[in-house]
This record gives sequence, structure tokens and C-alpha cells, in this order.
Amino acid sequence: MNHVSDIFIDPEPIKLDCGDALHYQLSYETYGTLNANKTNAILIFHALTGDQYVASTNPITKKAGWWANMVGAGLPIDTDKYFIICANVLGGCLGSTGPASTNPDTSEIYGLTFPIITISDMVRAQVRLINHFNIDTLFSVIGGSMGGMLVLEFAANYQNRLLCAIPIATGSRHSSQNIAFHEVGRQAVMADPNWHGGNYHNHDEQPSKGLAVARMAAHITYMSDQSLHEKFGRNLQDRDSVSFGFDADFQIESYLRHQGMSFVDRFDANSYLYLTRAMDYFDLAAQFDDNLMAAFAGTHIRFCLISFTSDWLFPPEESKLIAQALNRVAANVSYVEVASPKGHDAFLLDEPEMFSAVTGFLASTAQKHGICDKGSK
Amino acid sequence: MSYNSQRFDLLLLADMIAENSRVLDIGCGDGTLLKLLSENKNADARGLELNQAGVNACVAEGLSVMQGNADTDLAFYPDNAFDYVILSKTIQATKRPDLVLKEMLRIGKHAIVSFPNFGQWRVITSLAFKSQMPVTKNLDYTWYETPNVHFCTIKDFSNLCDELDIKVVDTSILDEQNQKLKIPSWLGLNNLFGHQAIFLLTKN
Repeated sequence: MNHVSDIFIDPEPIKLDCGDALHYQLSYETYGTLNANKTNAILIFHALTGDQYVASTNPITKKAGWWANMVGAGLPIDTDKYFIICANVLGGCLGSTGPASTNPDTSEIYGLTFPIITISDMVRAQVRLINHFNIDTLFSVIGGSMGGMLVLEFAANYQNRLLCAIPIATGSRHSSQNIAFHEVGRQAVMADPNWHGGNYHNHDEQPSKGLAVARMAAHITYMSDQSLHEKFGRNLQDRDSVSFGFDADFQIESYLRHQGMSFVDRFDANSYLYLTRAMDYFDLAAQFDDNLMAAFAGTHIRFCLISFTSDWLFPPEESKLIAQALNRVAANVSYVEVASPKGHDAFLLDEPEMFSAVTGFLASTAQKHGICDKGSK
Repeated sequence: MSYNSQRFDLLLLADMIAENSRVLDIGCGDGTLLKLLSENKNADARGLELNQAGVNACVAEGLSVMQGNADTDLAFYPDNAFDYVILSKTIQATKRPDLVLKEMLRIGKHAIVSFPNFGQWRVITSLAFKSQMPVTKNLDYTWYETPNVHFCTIKDFSNLCDELDIKVVDTSILDEQNQKLKIPSWLGLNNLFGHQAIFLLTKN
């Protein structure tokens, strides 16, 4: 598989929703080969704490790509057929410009002086990346969770620049409950004395404990009650009885602590604040006079929405609302609801029905547009 | 793809559809008709299916399908969104066939409805001589578990179309072998010998 890591440095600043203009760069990976007509490109958007390493080893964690079961040769998003681009989002912390970057005007790390970024800003930056590749029309945009928000934003505002879209386990807006969980996470970061008002880089410290707690709280929302019960139950961790103290007696406690601590090694705390804020601010209908239909009016994009029955962070109802809005404008929409006990995280896991839906949807769309003939490489 | 005589009704139904049309198949099942229309008629074919597992299987086959129900979910489509809206062997399972028909002709320029004829002689004789609700090849449920709550005869259906001011553009009557009924229609025996009927409808 042809695989490239690169950085796109935009010569022009980007105008942000908050009003600021920002000089920025995007760090990205590509997989596969762009065909001569530039018609086989798929842009994948990562989730909140995801990254550009969708199908290649993350250099920090040394773990396989976060969607290595979805993207690759012969896999649903087939790198033998399609040219896949995945960039670290604007505001991220793995090579794209974010709060941990250095402000060129002051030569100091931005910290909280970094402007507030929105989902629209993230998409706007990635459209520039697509322009940089001289790609006029993407074959598809695909993403789960926050990545799904970027898919919807892209599909609504750049209708003529893609043929099909797959928003997975997502919503057209962040719910009150979702904002609430994010606020808990942010307050945990800010309550850590090592955060120093966002200036921890200058103090050579990290608000690791606060960020770990934020991750622990968030991680609960990525799983279902049933999956927690099946994985951990009330099992004790390396002991036969409770300790009558506040050690991690239970396996679930130990697991969450591990999730929290391993997260801080790979993620910047301020970036977590900015990206969660971007998700909170997302409300696609609000851009169209509170009319979600209007976001898709006249669209020629073929949609495939996917949700998971046990996902309570972005429950199936959220996807259904989007599907109904698409129906109201007579858009070509499929909606797959996968019966899974694995909660929100299911979109990253081995879910054969999701894989076959993505495979069939992409193959039939490609065939219709004569993009890659069956079996061609 | 080959279609055996079992699917002859679908071929007849497909014959009623012009090329390059926008089609909605309500109760699309495993997507056989959607595939036929996409491949043979270059249709922009979409499906609505009650069973989510069926929907997922259709999407895996590359078809555009959503979970939904004829009684409640046609409301989400705009007026004249389709050239044809198809309800194949499903109308007898809807709660309000009359309202479903109206909705079909609101969202589509044409409606195509196929249904088992409850006036067929086998059905009549089962009721008349055996005093039992009929269980035939087309109506293969016992009375207590059938999802089919609104049976009608070909005549009933024609009357409903008149009542709703719906124009019948074309009809096809099938026999028990799913072949076109060979009895000339002027004999007026369609209702007695027709096993299944297909109606192409439009607004008057």
C-alpha cells in the first residue's frame, strides 16, 4: 500500500468563525494512489481524540491505526481502489496547528490565546487541503462521532465537491447531555493546579490528573452499560476481597485509570478543551435558520447513515433525525442501524454489518459513477 | 441475474415503469425489485423496509434503503419526489390502505400497487364450503397470526380508486402460476380467477 505522511502549510490564513484569521498547517497521511482523473479520493475525518493515523502506526503510542480494520487493501475502504486522505483536525495536537503550537507573532505557545475553533473551521481548512491536491470532487467523506459531524458539515456546505457521504454514530448537533459530559471533562482539566490557566507549557508541567479524569468520564460515555457489565461486572482487580479503602478494587476502576493515564501521554490538555468546545458548538441546523432540511436542499450526494443500537452518546434517534431531514428533500439516503451491545465505540470495533454496509455502499456508488471498475487496482 | 416464474409478477411490474425514473419501493424486502429496476431500467431506486436486518442486507448489496413503515413514514417525503411509488403485496398489511394510497400519489406521480385478490374462487370456496379463512400460496398465514389485516378483492380496490378519484392507468391480472391471466377480461371473470393484481395508478 502506497502510504505518505506529509504536512500542508497553507500560504493563506484561514478566516475562522470567531472572526480571527489564523495561519495554520495540517498534518496528514495518505494511503493508496490518486487516479489520473482525481476521482477516487476519500477524505476520512477522525473523532475527538483520534488522529491522522487511520491505517498506519501511531508514532507515539506505536499502536496500529485506529481504523485499521476498516481502511486497507481489500478492506471496506479499500486502499487498492481509493486514495484515502486523513488529516489531524485544526486545533488538534498531532502536527496540525492547535493550542500547543507556537504563535508566529509572539514566538510563544498559544495556550488559551489560541482562537476558538468550530467544526466549520476544521472543514474549511481541510477543503483547502483538497484544493492543494487539485481534487475537484471527492468520491466520499467518511467519519464517526466528531468525524461524522465534519462529514455532515462538509456535505451541507460543499455539496458539489463530493459524491457520497457516510456519517457514522453522530448527530447534527451536540445534545445538552453531551455538552454536560464535556463540561465535566473541561472542569477536571482546569481544576488541576498544573494547568496554570492553560500556561502549563511555560511551567514545564502537564495537567495530567485533570486530563486523565476527563478521559475517564468520557470513556464511560463511549461504552454501554451492557458492555461494561460483560467486560468487568463487579470483578475485583488482582485481589480476592475489597480493601476497605480507595484503591482500584474493581476491574472497571483499574481499567478507567489506565485509560486516563495512557491518554495524557498522547494528548494535549488544551487541545482537548478546544476540540470538545468545537463539538459543543456544532448545530448544523442553526446555520440554516434552524431548518435541518435546508442544510441538504437540492443535494445530489448519496448518503449512508450508520448508528448502533446501544450508543447512548449519539443514539440512533440522532441519525434518524438526519435521515428524515434528507428524506424531506428527497435525497438518496440509506440508514443502517447495527444491533450491537458495544455502545458508541462500536464504530471503531469489529462490526461486520457496518463493514458490509460501507463496502456495498461505496462499491455501488463507485460503479454508478464509473470510478473504479470491479476488481481493478 | 435470472428471474424465475415466481418473480414474473416483478417483471410485469417493472414493465410498467419508464426508464431513468425515480422510484420508491415500499416494503422492498430483500431488494429484488430495486435491483431489477436499477439494472434493467437505470432507475434511481430507493427502498423502505420495515425490518432493520433486511435494510442492512439491502445496503450491503449497494441499494439505497431505509427502515420505515407505509402507514407512518411516507409523511417524511416531499410532494412529487418520485415518478413511481410501489407497494408490492403490502397494502393488505397496512393500517389504512386508503390513506397510504393518497400518500403514495402525493409523493409520486404514479403509484403501483400489487395485492392478492381476496375474491379469487379458491378463497371464496374456502370460506363458503369449508367455513375456514383461506390459507393459499399467496395468503399463507393462519387467521390469528396474519399481518394482513385489510384484504380486498380486485373489485373492492377498483371501487376505492373511484372513491379517491384515482385514475387506473393499467392493470395486470396474474393467475396462480404467476402468469398473466389468459381469460379475456371482457368475460368479467378477473375477480374470480385472478390470483394477484397489479394496478398502475395516477392522480385524476
